Amino acid sequence: MARRKMSLHLMRRKTVNAVMLSLTGLCTFIATGTLLYILGYLFVHGGKNLSWDFFTKLPAPVGEAGGGMANAILGSAKLLLLATAIGVPIGFLGGVYLAEFGGNTFAYLVRYVTDLLNGVPSIVIGIFAYTLIVLPQGHFSTMAGGLALSIMMIPIAIRSSEEFLRAVPLALREGAMALGASKSKAILTVVIPAAKNGIMTGIMLNLARVAGETAPLIFTSLGNRFWSPGWEQPTASLPVMIYTYALGPYEDWHQQAWAAGFVLLALVLAVNIVARLMLSRQAHVIR
Amino acid sequence: MAASTTSAVKARPSGRAQSFQQRLRAGDDLAYAVTLAAAITILAITALLVYELYVHSTLSRHKFGWSFLVTRTWDPVAEQFGALPFIYGTVVTSVIALLLGIPLGVGAAIFLAELAPPKISSGLTFLIELLAAVPSVIFGLLGVFVLIPILHKLEDPIRSALGWTPLFQGPFYGVSMLSAGVVLSLMIIPFIISISREVILAVPNDQREAALALGATRWESTWDVVVPYAYKGITGSIFLSLARALGETMAVTMVIGNDPKINTSLFAPGYSIAAIIANEFAEAPGEMYTSALIELGLVLFALTIIINGAARLLVAGTSSKGGT
Amino acid sequence: MTRKIMRAAMAAALLAGAALAQQVLINCGGATFPYPMYSKWFDVYHKKVPALAFNYASIGSSGGIKQVTEGTVDFGASDGPMTDEQMRQFREKRGSNVLHFPTVLGADVPTYNVPGVTGQLNFTGEALVGIFFGKITKWNDPELVKANPGVKLPANNILVVHRSEGSGTTYVWVDYLAKISPEWKQKVGVAGSVNWPVGVGGKGNEGVSGQIKQTPNSIGYVELIYAVQNKMSYGKVKNSAGEFVQADLASVTAAAEKASKTMPDDFRVSITNAEGKGVYPISSFTWLLIPEKIADATKRKAITDFLKWMLTDGQNETEALDYAKLPKPVVDKEMKAIAKIQ
Repeated sequence: MARRKMSLHLMRRKTVNAVMLSLTGLCTFIATGTLLYILGYLFVHGGKNLSWDFFTKLPAPVGEAGGGMANAILGSAKLLLLATAIGVPIGFLGGVYLAEFGGNTFAYLVRYVTDLLNGVPSIVIGIFAYTLIVLPQGHFSTMAGGLALSIMMIPIAIRSSEEFLRAVPLALREGAMALGASKSKAILTVVIPAAKNGIMTGIMLNLARVAGETAPLIFTSLGNRFWSPGWEQPTASLPVMIYTYALGPYEDWHQQAWAAGFVLLALVLAVNIVARLMLSRQAHVIR
Repeated sequence: MAASTTSAVKARPSGRAQSFQQRLRAGDDLAYAVTLAAAITILAITALLVYELYVHSTLSRHKFGWSFLVTRTWDPVAEQFGALPFIYGTVVTSVIALLLGIPLGVGAAIFLAELAPPKISSGLTFLIELLAAVPSVIFGLLGVFVLIPILHKLEDPIRSALGWTPLFQGPFYGVSMLSAGVVLSLMIIPFIISISREVILAVPNDQREAALALGATRWESTWDVVVPYAYKGITGSIFLSLARALGETMAVTMVIGNDPKINTSLFAPGYSIAAIIANEFAEAPGEMYTSALIELGLVLFALTIIINGAARLLVAGTSSKGGT
Repeated sequence: MTRKIMRAAMAAALLAGAALAQQVLINCGGATFPYPMYSKWFDVYHKKVPALAFNYASIGSSGGIKQVTEGTVDFGASDGPMTDEQMRQFREKRGSNVLHFPTVLGADVPTYNVPGVTGQLNFTGEALVGIFFGKITKWNDPELVKANPGVKLPANNILVVHRSEGSGTTYVWVDYLAKISPEWKQKVGVAGSVNWPVGVGGKGNEGVSGQIKQTPNSIGYVELIYAVQNKMSYGKVKNSAGEFVQADLASVTAAAEKASKTMPDDFRVSITNAEGKGVYPISSFTWLLIPEKIADATKRKAITDFLKWMLTDGQNETEALDYAKLPKPVVDKEMKAIAKIQ
């Protein structure tokens, strides 16, 4: 009697086991499947609408078909260049500080604030850049947009630099010092080069993330239907064009939005894949 | 890190050797100064950010006080502004995102960590982490042209199944809180999967083996032993995703409908804090309007800090890698 | 590898910078109502005078007013004239007056997407008020059926689409609604941005038309050209003479006729619900908002030259895009007013 009851109970547990485990498989399937489907959709749709014009022409007047996003592509490139030029040095040096001179309460504060800044929504950073740069200067500009993006890059640059520097084995550092190097010389000639790969991939991932940011640009670099000379004028950018065109009524705009989405996503994913591959290769080497 | 090195040898070397040592130590000081300056810059930027938000929202804060947080009206003509509809929209869409994202995300994480063969697990995880890199505006693009038409088709089944609840009443026009919530869930699932999977992998094997040795089924060992062990980390990942969802701008603003009203029905359009700032900031007519928008930004800032803070506490509380 | 790419990028940026150093970029922005017209004009003008590029940001009339007041654009554009208070704020911030220059005449049309209805629906002013108040909720409401005998209107819910941001198109629309309904005037008011009783918000004329195109059973208000360019259905509106009139060059020009004879010096005037036969009741001028004092001489000349061109050759381009030309008395008056810009 007891035996039969026990095996029923056991069967129930086994069924639950089978069911729940398959459910988790289903979850994975749904999650990955949905995401892959929509990305596939983007690639197919976007690829269809790519054209030479897209890369070389300026936008056409409203309502007329044709034109392209050449100025947006250049604009995005300029914004990212500026963001990297400002954000990476500050982030990297901050990471060096935390990794090499950290350990005290001040470092703890810096880490806390970095995480805080990292969590700030990009739209709020856009407001910040507007009040800080656009208002006093009196106009929208590539510079304001680039600065907004650089503020977004800094926290990630700090944390990833710190992580990769910390990952350099103690033995390397001590070896340098045993050979008579001062701390700064050890950092400069031994530690940083050892962490070089990781730091580079960190920068690449950071860049890829910021390349797709739209919100901070809406009221800093605004937009431009023409080329934007220098750094003091508003500029078009890929993400903002996608936003504007997707919401408009013109079929032609929708097609261009898809094409722009394709280009943006392809670049972001390509950089991500390369960076992660480099990282995993390096991980094998260090171990 | 170890303290400054060669100070043990305090004996004065003469001539050229002395200046070399001095130069070395000067290099140390320079390195320290430069990196310290960078670290201070971060503090300065964040402090300045809070300051600017605070100062530029003064008009609105003085006029409305704390009632700003609980007022429903958003009337530009009468210059009466309240944050409640936006807080509501932000919270509701994020909750929908979590309700959809947590089961799918944690379920997939369990599968990837416990059940899948290692190659498949790392392959799929690689793919999923790539998806975490997709920009928000692209999710918005897909939301408008792919998701909303799909939801239109699903409207009738949903209505017949759940139409009796106040959550699914009223007409459905595509742009709605439901659509925004679903888009958000797609955006946070990769995060939940990625972090939860790592946390589950970090659970020591002896926990699993002990459970199995005691006769537990695979599922029981996972659900009753491993997951509770990793509970803090998983909850942390959920909080982090929540923080991300709260601040998400582009994807939400493209599908939420931009209506500053509070509706119980998820089929109705709504508005989130980030969305209204994105839509109206460049155009806000008048000082009070702009000030109110910036105050909204301040509210959002505060919200994300609180959630992020809670998340950090939880994730840091798990074993192995202390803090992400 | 990365270094090579960086170097190439810098070189490209420098070259582009050098080539463009000759070009004068004038930033302007505002109303989406005339955006197709302005974008065409600026394109044509740029081909005529390649050294000048007018970069127009279509951010809505309120955006135009705000940005020109802040000085972040060289001049703005709006379909709702600036209020006295807004002009006072401009004087305070920028130290001079702001001048209104009408450019074209356009119309707000009620555009809709009703399954099964392909022709033009007739709307009375009261019907439009009811719809936007949320009192008329279904397409087969008696008020709509009465005005459209013989048309099969479905029993579906109406989705109202309005603007999510401050807009002159909105201003014109609610200005008209307020003239029809004192209740609207009192409860909702007339401004670029109002507390809408019902509906979803689209960004810009572009966003509203985009939304309506995507959403069955919706209705909204857009400038005529957006409905035409996108082959969307738009309705006739009943004017003060009792006729159902479609927005077109003739009916919009008729709306401005009386006002053009009594145009005030500052050009701020409302022509909604104008009297007369054949008048389209939701018509409006749209204005460029130009500071009286422009410090930069190059920009000042560029802007005044453009204004002169706009009032002469430019007016020949308007009809192709369904915007009505400015009446002659108005053009003459504006030409004289250009001299005010210092």
